[in-house]
Amino acid sequence: MNYPKVLLVDDEKDFVCTLAERMELRDIKVDVAFNGKEALEKIKEHEHQVVVLDLLMPGMPGLEVLRRIEKDHPNTEVIILTGHGEQECKEEAIRLGASYCLLKPINIEELIDKMMTVLSLSESKKP
Amino acid sequence: MLIITIIPLLLMATFNYHQYQSRLKEEIVAPMKVLVNKTKHSFELFLAGRLSTVNFIASAYTYKELADEANLQRIFQVLRAEFEGFVDLGLIDSSGRQISYVGPYELQGKNYAEQPWFQQVKVRGVYISDVFKGFRKFPHLVIAVQHFSRSGDRWWIVRATIDTGKFDELIAAMGLGAGEDAFLINHEGILQTSSKFCGSVLDRCGLSIPPRSYEPNVMEDFYLTGRNTVVAYAYFTRTNLILMVVKPRAEVLKAWYTLKSEIAIVFAIGVIIIAAVVFRLTGTLVNRLKESDQKRELVLREMQHSHKLSSIGRLAAGVAHEINNPLAVINEKVGLVRDLLEYRPDRPDMKEVLLRHLSVIVRAIDRCSAITHRLLGFARRMDVTIEQMDVNEVIEDVLSFIEKDAAYRNVTLEKHLAKDLNRITSDRGQLQQVFLNIVNNALAAVEDGGWIAIATTNGRSDSIEVTVQDNGCGMSQETLRHIFEPFFTTKKGEGTGLGLSITHGIVKRLGGDIQVKSAVGEGTLFTVQLPKTPPEMGEENAS
Repeated sequence: MNYPKVLLVDDEKDFVCTLAERMELRDIKVDVAFNGKEALEKIKEHEHQVVVLDLLMPGMPGLEVLRRIEKDHPNTEVIILTGHGEQECKEEAIRLGASYCLLKPINIEELIDKMMTVLSLSESKKP
Repeated sequence: MLIITIIPLLLMATFNYHQYQSRLKEEIVAPMKVLVNKTKHSFELFLAGRLSTVNFIASAYTYKELADEANLQRIFQVLRAEFEGFVDLGLIDSSGRQISYVGPYELQGKNYAEQPWFQQVKVRGVYISDVFKGFRKFPHLVIAVQHFSRSGDRWWIVRATIDTGKFDELIAAMGLGAGEDAFLINHEGILQTSSKFCGSVLDRCGLSIPPRSYEPNVMEDFYLTGRNTVVAYAYFTRTNLILMVVKPRAEVLKAWYTLKSEIAIVFAIGVIIIAAVVFRLTGTLVNRLKESDQKRELVLREMQHSHKLSSIGRLAAGVAHEINNPLAVINEKVGLVRDLLEYRPDRPDMKEVLLRHLSVIVRAIDRCSAITHRLLGFARRMDVTIEQMDVNEVIEDVLSFIEKDAAYRNVTLEKHLAKDLNRITSDRGQLQQVFLNIVNNALAAVEDGGWIAIATTNGRSDSIEVTVQDNGCGMSQETLRHIFEPFFTTKKGEGTGLGLSITHGIVKRLGGDIQVKSAVGEGTLFTVQLPKTPPEMGEENAS
């Protein structure tokens, strides 16, 4: 089964759906989730290789989602993409194991480039 | 202040006045007493001398010698040559009959037995009469001395008359000024010498008889011929005489009056100088106070403004996120439109698709501008602008800032805003800061997943009440005691400790009141009461 290897998580539906549509135009299939809880469920089910994660979301905060992914799915790489500019928050994310910490708004080519880098890293980690 | 400064001066002037008055009077009165004493002594010495002379004649000569008129004539001549003033000399026997007489009158054989002075000599042995005028209209007095024979069984009297011209000499020797007077009176107030103001010899003196005093004494406020005078006097010891010295009061106290007017002038000048200095000083002080009040007011406003900005600054990360999200949406939508034009240029429903995406872009732009407008509305300067308002709107404004933050932390924001809330007259900018501070504190106090309840209700006499309650960590009684003090903070290293102090200051200035109840581990309740209209804002509006 050819399930998308990338999961986009953000509470901003307009943003995440548009981003997914643009990726599809570039023949990249991505999955989307609108909050932390939904994201964890999807990861548990499909073991995505890359998760693009927002930090500030109602319900479970992004850092908590990151912590759980690192704990339960060590092969899954996380890219933080947030509108929240606090340096401390970014450092905390990197410390918890995020591969990149990117700030919204972002150029899609740059995001795809980072995703591919991380994806190849994830592939190489596979046993 | 003027009264306080003048009182010591007044006390000093009064004290000096009395001190000088008593000292000066003493200085003026003492010489008068000395003069009276000296003159009295001269008079007494004169009389004593004449009395001794008569006494000597009575003792030195026998009755027989004195009864012999030729002999008496010889004695009288020697007497007149040695002692001035003697007018006549005579011998009177114990029956009162004039035995012999030398003098200008025809008195031989005259009987004095019934005369009061004769009786007095019999009792006292000595007699000095008051002054009287004899046949030649010269004032004179009589000295009579009783003398006993050697065996003591017989006695006789030697009597002499003395011209009182010497009295006038003694008075002239006192060297009195033109306005001054000195004279003798007897105990009945009859003049014994002539006086400048009171009349001639044997006239009744206009002055009342002073109280008996053998030592020189001074009496003030004696009115003599319409003038207020000072009188110095002394009673004679062996005669019926009183020596009186009269000086016009104005002349006696001239020095004192001069001094008094000088004291008054010095006092008046002192008061004027003090008044000028006091008015100048108070004026300067009041101006300084006014200036420092204005400066304080200015600093307070600056402080409030910067505190408000820093409150907004603390929200900046959240605000950035708020703006970045719609920006990211716009970015993606624009990117998608470009992608569609590039990857699917022949799509049949292109127009509808593009319009749909453009409307999302417009919505995102609206979100951005709403946020920036809200920020600008908050960050405007703290100038006092009094207006009618619905406090519910202010609360909504404040909450819109923290709603996202609360949502991310799963903090429930409960709003119980009264629909019929009284409109009040107050300052919107300052009230925003008040509620932003309180709600921010509540948000800091609650754990993730906690709750904050904001309620508005109508109070008494058109006032309103706003309560902000949370179920956060709460505060101890010790913290509560200092909560509104400047620079008091429990957020070590984070807060300035000015937030609640500024909040308290603003509420008080707007005529309201703020109370806080709290218990550790249970939460905190802030209650803010605001009046329908603030008190006296005229001054602040003017500044």
